[in-house]
Amino acid sequence: MIEFMLNGKQVSADVADDKPLLWVLREDFQLTGTKFGCGMAQCGACTVHFNGQPTRSCVLPAAAVKGASVTTVEGLMRTDAGQALRKAWVAHQVPQCGYCQSGQLMTAAGMLAGADGPLSREQVLEGMAGNLCRCGTYNRIADAVVSVQKSAT
Amino acid sequence: METNKLSRRAFIAGSGSVALGVMLGGWTGARGGASLLLPEAAAADASFSPVAWVSLAPDNTAVIYSPASEMGQGTMTAIPMIVAEEMELDWHKVRVEQAPADPRRFGNPGFGGAMVTGSSRTVKGYYDALRLAGLQARLVLVQAAAGKWGVPAADIRAERSTLIHVPTGRRMAYGDLVDGARVPAELPKVDKSMLKPMSAFAIIGKDLPRVEVPAKSDGSAAFGIDVRLPGMLWAAILHAPVQGEKPLAVVDSAALAVPGVKKVVRLPAGVAVVADSFATARKARDLLEVKWSEEAKARSYDSEAALKEFAARAERLDEAGAVWHKHGDAAQKLSGAARVFRATYTTDHVAHVTMEPMNCTARAEGEAIEIWVPSQSPSGVIGIVAAGAGYKPENIKVHITLLGGGYGRRAEADYSLDAALLAKAMPGVPIQVIWTREDDFQRARPRPMTAQHLVAGIDAEGRIVGWRHRLVSEGIVARTAPAAYQKSGGRDAPVMEGADGVYQIADQLVEHCREQRGVDVSFWRAVGAGYTKFSIETLIDEIAGAAGKDPLQYRLDLTSDTPRAQAVLREAAAMAGWGGSRKPGHALGLAFSDAWSTFIAMVAEVSMSEGRPVVHRLWAAVDCGHAISPANIKAQVEGAALFGLSAALGERLVYKGGQVQQHNLDTYPLLRANQAPVVEVTVLPTDNPPGGMGEVGLPPVAPAVANAVARLTGKRLRNLPFPQTI
Repeated sequence: MIEFMLNGKQVSADVADDKPLLWVLREDFQLTGTKFGCGMAQCGACTVHFNGQPTRSCVLPAAAVKGASVTTVEGLMRTDAGQALRKAWVAHQVPQCGYCQSGQLMTAAGMLAGADGPLSREQVLEGMAGNLCRCGTYNRIADAVVSVQKSAT
Repeated sequence: METNKLSRRAFIAGSGSVALGVMLGGWTGARGGASLLLPEAAAADASFSPVAWVSLAPDNTAVIYSPASEMGQGTMTAIPMIVAEEMELDWHKVRVEQAPADPRRFGNPGFGGAMVTGSSRTVKGYYDALRLAGLQARLVLVQAAAGKWGVPAADIRAERSTLIHVPTGRRMAYGDLVDGARVPAELPKVDKSMLKPMSAFAIIGKDLPRVEVPAKSDGSAAFGIDVRLPGMLWAAILHAPVQGEKPLAVVDSAALAVPGVKKVVRLPAGVAVVADSFATARKARDLLEVKWSEEAKARSYDSEAALKEFAARAERLDEAGAVWHKHGDAAQKLSGAARVFRATYTTDHVAHVTMEPMNCTARAEGEAIEIWVPSQSPSGVIGIVAAGAGYKPENIKVHITLLGGGYGRRAEADYSLDAALLAKAMPGVPIQVIWTREDDFQRARPRPMTAQHLVAGIDAEGRIVGWRHRLVSEGIVARTAPAAYQKSGGRDAPVMEGADGVYQIADQLVEHCREQRGVDVSFWRAVGAGYTKFSIETLIDEIAGAAGKDPLQYRLDLTSDTPRAQAVLREAAAMAGWGGSRKPGHALGLAFSDAWSTFIAMVAEVSMSEGRPVVHRLWAAVDCGHAISPANIKAQVEGAALFGLSAALGERLVYKGGQVQQHNLDTYPLLRANQAPVVEVTVLPTDNPPGGMGEVGLPPVAPAVANAVARLTGKRLRNLPFPQTI
């Protein structure tokens, strides 16, 4: 049994200690926005915020989540920051297949929250390098993130 | 520019009571027999379907059924736009739904009536049929309004989901006709001469936002892996290490002892563990002990050694291959040439690595089975489940979900058979099979590994007088449609696409030599054009350089009777500032492709760093004829160019003893955000039938980069991926 904060709510789940958080979210909480991509923290599709930090949920065992705070893309979208990203994603028609985009959004949100000042396009591309997109939407992601910064200032 | 003539049997029939016809046949997965796009009876009580593709509601909204699989290419928007154009629908009142997997009603004429999304053939294949269907639907509504108003149909005009009686200005919404509307016994006769000219398009050519983008921008879009059914279980599979092997003995006690495990099921090429969680199923799967057969042909396949054999065979000019394209007498012209260029090119296997791993959900009840699957080929799913799991095609119900990437991998339906067999073994229980990333590599259906040998002769003025191109590889159509392949004399369209084009070279011989090593190869975005254009476009560049000619001018000279080709070449060159000065250490490279009846030219700006090319920017100009959605065409070219760049820079799948050597993304590097050049795209629409778009951005990227590298280093790149150090 694990207890943790999920998208701002205290929750518990009766799962094996070694069950990766990714599958706890997808199976025990029906939060399917967080995606399975590689299972070894290489692609970023499973990115969530773990105590505020973008983290790969596919390799994070349930035991490590006890008492922690987890935000998924569903939780992010209830925030102003999430909505700003969503709008920019639509305005720039970022997604193609769309499968990696939850992870992209989570990493982008974490990067923007942690940035000291406005990030350049190159800094954004560097900051997003841990999230693979097989459809090649990287340039649109960078444009969308930069536009969110501009509208926030 | 060969398209698949074997399976192209679409026709428009103007006789009898039905004006639109689609004939089936030619695609292996398709259900046979002729059928017609019959007008539907009202689908639900409160709606009206003048043709199968559209359902109108009293509130004047319209549902358009999108027949193709949405994998990011925008088909869910593009195809409905085509219907809406001739039907004069108000786009803001259109909703799009995935069409049922029913090839008789929704099959692609470009695939002989099968429901398949691939080969850049969705818009191309459906275009005429859907424009005519939209027109027919509009005429049905005009007739209904004429009856209701008691006026001649000729006096009624349709505009934005509204009918207007021109003499009086009286108006009626399409939705107002829904109540009591009937499809006439005889549908209005239509033909292509009645379609709008390009200049009158109100929807086609407009940059409308893609309908599924909002759901993909907030995490709510549901892919196949997100399917959830009551009581659903998950399955993980231990796959045979080598294609063609099967489990002989299974020790499953440790797996069965894991809490949550429900069942262990033997499959033809694997052993599955079914559990109440995928995490559990995967953990227990790793505890299985399986003795595999050791008899597969693939056991002898070492791809690195095989590639050397392929190359030697490609260079054997006296061995006749299956003729893909022949014109004049290439050998004779080569013997009289002033100068002859010879080069051998090799391209390794590459994997698709769709971000959503293969998965499929199935539930069997008695004689029937229902399947939820992210697939490019409903017809293929029905075919493989019928043949492999013993269900009658009419008892197989397929739901196509959004696809988390396709790129050709999901044109194959192998993963759906796993799910069907497990569902059959556990009747009434929905089962979701997920392949791990490692499984996805192990059961890769990679792009064919190829060796190509090209010989080109020029005359004293530098003009190409003779051309030979020999390509050695495994076949694709040879496997998926062996009868058609044999009948055609060994023509393998996906393998060879791009090998013939619009360059004016009178004497040509292009041949394919088939290999059979036991590992299936398959459709991988752009398939043949991804390597044939690499060899052709780098050799053309090399010849231009040796003849002292500008590579742009040389290509313009080779396309003097194809103005569309010249226009994209000139435009891309202008975008890039071709011929101007560059930063020190930077150079441009140019390439051209005419595959899928679409013309594209691309320029790459490259510098070298530690023996590796750094690609700074790509410029592309593209003419696909009628451009349904220019903004989406740009996105497709951007994406395909980066997909091709990723492969050219470092993707390589190696087999040893028939076993794939790369198992996850740590050993199979993909292009990342900080390596992605900006891609600028200009769309040049022309009044021509639409060409393909989903793959077009890929073929020119590798040769454009290679040609820039040659300018910088003097070294010609002849391998994909490029060598690790140049």
